[in-house]
Amino acid sequence: MTTMSPSAESAARTKRAGWLSFSGQFGAFIFLIILCIIFAALNPAFLRPINIFNVLRQVSIYGLLAIGMTFVILTGGIDLSVGSLLALAGLVSAAVEKGGVGLLTGGGAGEAGGYGLPAAIAAAIAVGLLGGLLQGLAISKLKVPAFIVTLGGLSAFRGAALVFSSGQPISAFREEYRFWGQGLIGPVPVPVIIFLTFAVIAAIILRYTKYGRRIYAVGGNREAARLSGLNVDRLILSVYVITGFFAGLSGFLLSSRLNSAEQVAGVGYELTVIAGVVIGGTSLFGGEGTIFGTVVGILLIGVLANGLTLMNVSSYYQQIIIGLIIVFAVFFDQVVKRRRR
Amino acid sequence: MNDNLLLRMKNISKSFPGVQALDGVNLDVHAGEILGLIGENGAGKSTLMKILSGVYQMDSGQLFMHGQPVQIQNPHHAQQLGISIIYQEFNLMPNLSVMENIFIGREPGKSIFVNRRQLQENTRQLLNRLGVSLEPGAIVRDLSVAEQQMVEIAKALSLQVRVIIMDEPTSALSDAEVQILFKVIRELKRDGIGIIFISHRLDEVLAICDRVAVLRDGKNVGDLEAGTATEEQLIRLMVGRPLNQFFHLEDHQTTAVAPEIALEVRGLTRTGSKFDSSAAVLDNISFTLRRGEILGLAGLVGAGRTELVRTIFGADARDAGEIYIDGVLAKIHSPIDAIRYGLGFVPEDRKAQGLILSLAVRENIALTNLDQLAQFGFVKLAEERNRVKEYVSRLQIRTPSLEQQVVNLSGGNQQKVVISKWLMLRPKILIMDEPTRGIDVGAKAEIYALMNQLAQSGVAIIMISSELPELLALSDRVACLSAGRLTGILTRTEATPERVMRYCTLKQGQTITEEEAVA
Repeated sequence: MTTMSPSAESAARTKRAGWLSFSGQFGAFIFLIILCIIFAALNPAFLRPINIFNVLRQVSIYGLLAIGMTFVILTGGIDLSVGSLLALAGLVSAAVEKGGVGLLTGGGAGEAGGYGLPAAIAAAIAVGLLGGLLQGLAISKLKVPAFIVTLGGLSAFRGAALVFSSGQPISAFREEYRFWGQGLIGPVPVPVIIFLTFAVIAAIILRYTKYGRRIYAVGGNREAARLSGLNVDRLILSVYVITGFFAGLSGFLLSSRLNSAEQVAGVGYELTVIAGVVIGGTSLFGGEGTIFGTVVGILLIGVLANGLTLMNVSSYYQQIIIGLIIVFAVFFDQVVKRRRR
Repeated sequence: MNDNLLLRMKNISKSFPGVQALDGVNLDVHAGEILGLIGENGAGKSTLMKILSGVYQMDSGQLFMHGQPVQIQNPHHAQQLGISIIYQEFNLMPNLSVMENIFIGREPGKSIFVNRRQLQENTRQLLNRLGVSLEPGAIVRDLSVAEQQMVEIAKALSLQVRVIIMDEPTSALSDAEVQILFKVIRELKRDGIGIIFISHRLDEVLAICDRVAVLRDGKNVGDLEAGTATEEQLIRLMVGRPLNQFFHLEDHQTTAVAPEIALEVRGLTRTGSKFDSSAAVLDNISFTLRRGEILGLAGLVGAGRTELVRTIFGADARDAGEIYIDGVLAKIHSPIDAIRYGLGFVPEDRKAQGLILSLAVRENIALTNLDQLAQFGFVKLAEERNRVKEYVSRLQIRTPSLEQQVVNLSGGNQQKVVISKWLMLRPKILIMDEPTRGIDVGAKAEIYALMNQLAQSGVAIIMISSELPELLALSDRVACLSAGRLTGILTRTEATPERVMRYCTLKQGQTITEEEAVA
């Protein structure tokens, strides 16, 4: 039995899948390039460095959240709470920076430079990690569906943000604090550097580490992963801690960029972030997707918004167009899968 | 015979990019005839059936129903023509009842409401015609595989079917259930329905079919009267040369089973699901397994074979009992623990439980072995490739590259990927649940040879198989399960098919008398 050739069907499938998986992986990228060319042709201002950095700065918060979201969606999960958790973390960060407004003094601005910048950043991240941990435990140990748990988180963290701040924004930070959201290193906005750095780290983790491999395995087939000796519960828990981390970090960065932390910060972010991840080719069923795709997906949304704005298209229409693209992206994803099976 | 010719496929060809899947194939099915269709995986059986059921369009050739040329456009059109196909994986809605499944989309009743009484009556009539006692209102999810198959057949009947294609219909059935299925098939035959019976189990093909058509590499290579054909003959036609299906097996008796006990199970008990805690799934099971031994687990569907090995492996929780490995009490509460104690587990459903279909051959094989292959958390890619390559060539996994997604491999090669990922861990005890289900004769022989080789090197193997000849040929001892109880362990010489079946059908409280045991 050494001469048996692979079956006809499977050979044919392989060939088709080759083309389709190529276009599946790079479809969004090709679309992004085409979009850039069109916008550049219609309005030369689009390609000016200042505009490009502007786009990048605008997407960097979404991008950071999307990196975490990619881990979650790769396991077949979802995190709807990132926007709310971001708001809570931003307020806590601001409060620590200010030396304890909000909860501690019952509102009103305190003296700037309260507990110092490192403490503020650490507090924001700690809030994010804790929020993610709680949700991850509910999902992995109590087996409540991720959609439900994080839908709860979406509401509860927003509520916590309101309680914490008594509904008041915390504004006007020191230069040192604002630098992380507003500053430049050379011509490059700081949040962009942070976003791209984490994107590279995440891509390396997913591609080259045991942990990354296991994330794909859990998302691809949870039962097979469990029977292969993977600690599935712990892996699932970990991805919600990761989104929590990015929600915390983003909360700090957004408050820094806006020079203000508000309980309404990040409303609806979860949908834009999920859209970016999905447009980037990550399967909502888990097991397939890349950080590269996510970066492209998020850029695509950013470029589309920016380009349409430059063309004086109202933001109302922009939402319609982005909505259509999300549906098309998922449709395409399914066509690829159907052909392959 | 010509006047009752039902279906004629003439000179059918179909190619996919790079492969000629079917090359001038002819196939006739007469009314009231059971036609066996056999061939190795990739011989073109499924392509042919997909053309017949409207999934694929043929490149050239002609199709006749009742002598009239037809062009089958799509699956719905095939159904209208009276061609139904029953796949290995059923197309049933598990949440609906038997009758709703059978008449979905064609519910009786003139208003928007379903006439339930009529629905029940129609369903009962159909089931009676098949001689099956099933409650029309029963929810499909609660039925056994065999019963679900009957629902599929009843559904086909309700569509005024002329030709029924059954793709590996017996692969998930116990022997008793196979007999019931055969009765139903003969019933259909009596009604003048043509049946195409696709199976890897040649004994069954010869038992039920009138005629057997053999395909190899997309061509007809044989058309035999089942009454006079032999398994040997069919295998020779399928593979193109003589092949002793169970080669190596005669040697196996000489394997020196070592005296050391690798695994001891004491009083293993698992009570029923939370819905039905009365029936024990596993009832106080104890046995030992020695190094270099192959222990076969025999039993009918529902006897608890899979439940037993899953519980040993820690995939399901146990309610009582102890597991000793190399004489030491093993605390196994999860597959992670089991793997630490040197166990490996090839599960029965390789697609649902064994493989990550979306990942590559390389990633699947490396999955259980990442701890060995990584340093500081990073997978050492070169070493990974080399180790995987070693197993791909050792098990002769036929894949275009290590990066091929496993979903694209044939069943036999997929199974070898699953086995490889465990072998790389160098297990002391390997559990194999239906390791040859749904794979072709050649790959089977390779897996048999591999199992013997592993046993010879001292690995202890527990094997489950629903194919009794295979089980008897490979096992040093056969453990018989019936309704969650271990009813007997037979040595190789004691284990005749009749005796094994006797132990596997023992009811609660029954024992085998001395005379019977000797008989």
